[in-house]
Amino acid sequence: MSTPSEAQAGRHRADGTATANGGNGAALVKLIDVGKRYGAVIALHDINLEVSAGEVTCVLGDNGAGKSTLIKIIAGLHQPSSGTYEVDGTPVHFTSPREALERGIATVYQDLAVVALMPVWRNFFLGNEVGGRARMDIPGMKRMCKDELLAMGIDLRDVEQPIGTLSGGERQCVAISRAVHFGAKVLILDEPTAALGVKQSGVVLKYIIQARERGLGVIFITHNPHHAYPVGDRFLLLNRGASIGNYEKSQVTRDELTGLMAGGAELEQLSHELEGAGGTAAEIGRSMEEDVEELGISAQPDAGTDAAKATRQEGSSSP
Amino acid sequence: MAQTTEAPVAPPPRADERVGRKSPLARLLARPEAGAIAGAIIIYVFFFIIAPPFRNASSFSSVLYVTSTYGLMATPVALLMIGGEFDLSAGVAVTSSALCASLFSYEFTTVAWVGVLVALALSLLIGFINGWIVVKTGIPSFLVTLGMFFMLQGINIALTQTITNQVASPDISTLQGFNSAREVFSASWTIGGVNIRTSVIYWIVFVIIATWILLRTRIGNWIFSAGGNPASARAVGVPVGKVKIGLFMAVGFMAWFTGMHTLFLFNTIQSGQGVGNEFVYIIAAVVGGCLLTGGYGSAVGAAIGALIFGMVNQGIVYAGWNPDWFQFFVGALLLGAILLNTYIRRRAEAAI
Repeated sequence: MSTPSEAQAGRHRADGTATANGGNGAALVKLIDVGKRYGAVIALHDINLEVSAGEVTCVLGDNGAGKSTLIKIIAGLHQPSSGTYEVDGTPVHFTSPREALERGIATVYQDLAVVALMPVWRNFFLGNEVGGRARMDIPGMKRMCKDELLAMGIDLRDVEQPIGTLSGGERQCVAISRAVHFGAKVLILDEPTAALGVKQSGVVLKYIIQARERGLGVIFITHNPHHAYPVGDRFLLLNRGASIGNYEKSQVTRDELTGLMAGGAELEQLSHELEGAGGTAAEIGRSMEEDVEELGISAQPDAGTDAAKATRQEGSSSP
Repeated sequence: MAQTTEAPVAPPPRADERVGRKSPLARLLARPEAGAIAGAIIIYVFFFIIAPPFRNASSFSSVLYVTSTYGLMATPVALLMIGGEFDLSAGVAVTSSALCASLFSYEFTTVAWVGVLVALALSLLIGFINGWIVVKTGIPSFLVTLGMFFMLQGINIALTQTITNQVASPDISTLQGFNSAREVFSASWTIGGVNIRTSVIYWIVFVIIATWILLRTRIGNWIFSAGGNPASARAVGVPVGKVKIGLFMAVGFMAWFTGMHTLFLFNTIQSGQGVGNEFVYIIAAVVGGCLLTGGYGSAVGAAIGALIFGMVNQGIVYAGWNPDWFQFFVGALLLGAILLNTYIRRRAEAAI
């Protein structure tokens, strides 16, 4: 994997690439009070989310928080049961991922990104093959694939190699650059760093920034606040299908984000329970309580809290 | 914010110290059909040495003929397998198609070609039903086509019995259009004392078409992805369901073609035949390097797999052995080919 050095990156900048335009006009993607039910199960509840051109909106939440349901709604795999989904200011009702793709909303799934046994170039153009029905333009596609990946700083020996032979980070990057190449305006990245090491994650985060610099809106789903904070402009925190906070970067610090992610209220409750147990457990509980206070997350700073609690109670009452 | 995407100066291409160069041999071995080619050579040499009649050109033409009758079906079966599905009904579907054509044109005394077209519709329908059930329900194709296999087998025997009171279809060689149909499906020429049947030519043509589709068209890309990772393919907009149904219908089409070849060669069809052939097709595809799990393989490999089958089939006869041993050899071959394939693929992957 060849990573362009900082010096090189600095030089690239001089050629006047599209830079962040700070989200002028209507948001590219906007969810208003969106909810999703599967029968009696409330998977999502009154979610508001917004991403504009040249912006990264991070969706943070632990396992089961409703992140995947949210992605599926935005990607067009599912339809919301309630609320409004707007693209470029007009309400939409996607019935398939294809329709979302046509509106420039591309999703890169963590585990679904690529077909491991297929060559890199075939993966790159899968579903968007260039050339006639009876004959694809194979040399052209190989060249375009190589060039596009090179522009992203991935220098492949051979685009004919099965993509499964690339590292996890490179695979994610191929999937991201593929979405960018095919004219995505909004990129949804589903836990792109979840299975990656520190260095690999860094590479992927760099591409998220590059996509933003190109003027794309990015929805970055993660459970890692350390990955989200450096690249994000807005942060939506989910817990048990409800929003527990929606912040601009200026409204929140990394530590607060981390604390919220750890589930401030739940930590508090856990600490009380541990204290009640007595002995060593109580000691641990007390120190946890101190941590929670120190992080300033005992009283949650934004709206959505009541809803979150309501959902939580609902959840805990079920067996 | 220091990084942007455009790279006016490409990063110097620097070889990754962790990867070595792949030798041309390793590249060849990495191809899906490598194991089959090695196996075919070994078996050819084996029979060449122990069975003197095997060395004649005319013997080899009959090897090619036997190969083509299996190879025609092994080709779409390989494509289907690359697309991630099985068809256990493929063997009896050939018989169903031939019975349909012969009984229809005989009972209604139509021109032979009418029966041929009705059989084509039936075969495509069988393929469609297989594919549609698999795609709509997500039930493994192994089970769906196993059910179809028994249903077709039952219909073949029962209907033939009901209509003709016999176990075979009536001789249709007196029907109008029979000769022209035979010219199309089952002709043969003698060139330099060697008999060549059209089925061999058709087989080679279909293998070339299948290879072209797999490697040069977007449909081929979709077939690989439908077998390799259907969820991922769907996510980038590949119509996975349609691809799979299309593949089942391709098997149906070729079952029709093979059925017509058999019918117009022998004028009549045994209602119980075809059972077990589905495994021969699958064996040819697997010996030819198709992964059982889908997403990997080639039509050329399946053709070579069929050739191995044909060589053993005829080689045993030329060697003067008891033909009862044939199935044992097929089983041993399958096992051997799979072991060889696995070994070669591991080595090739290690050499990447």
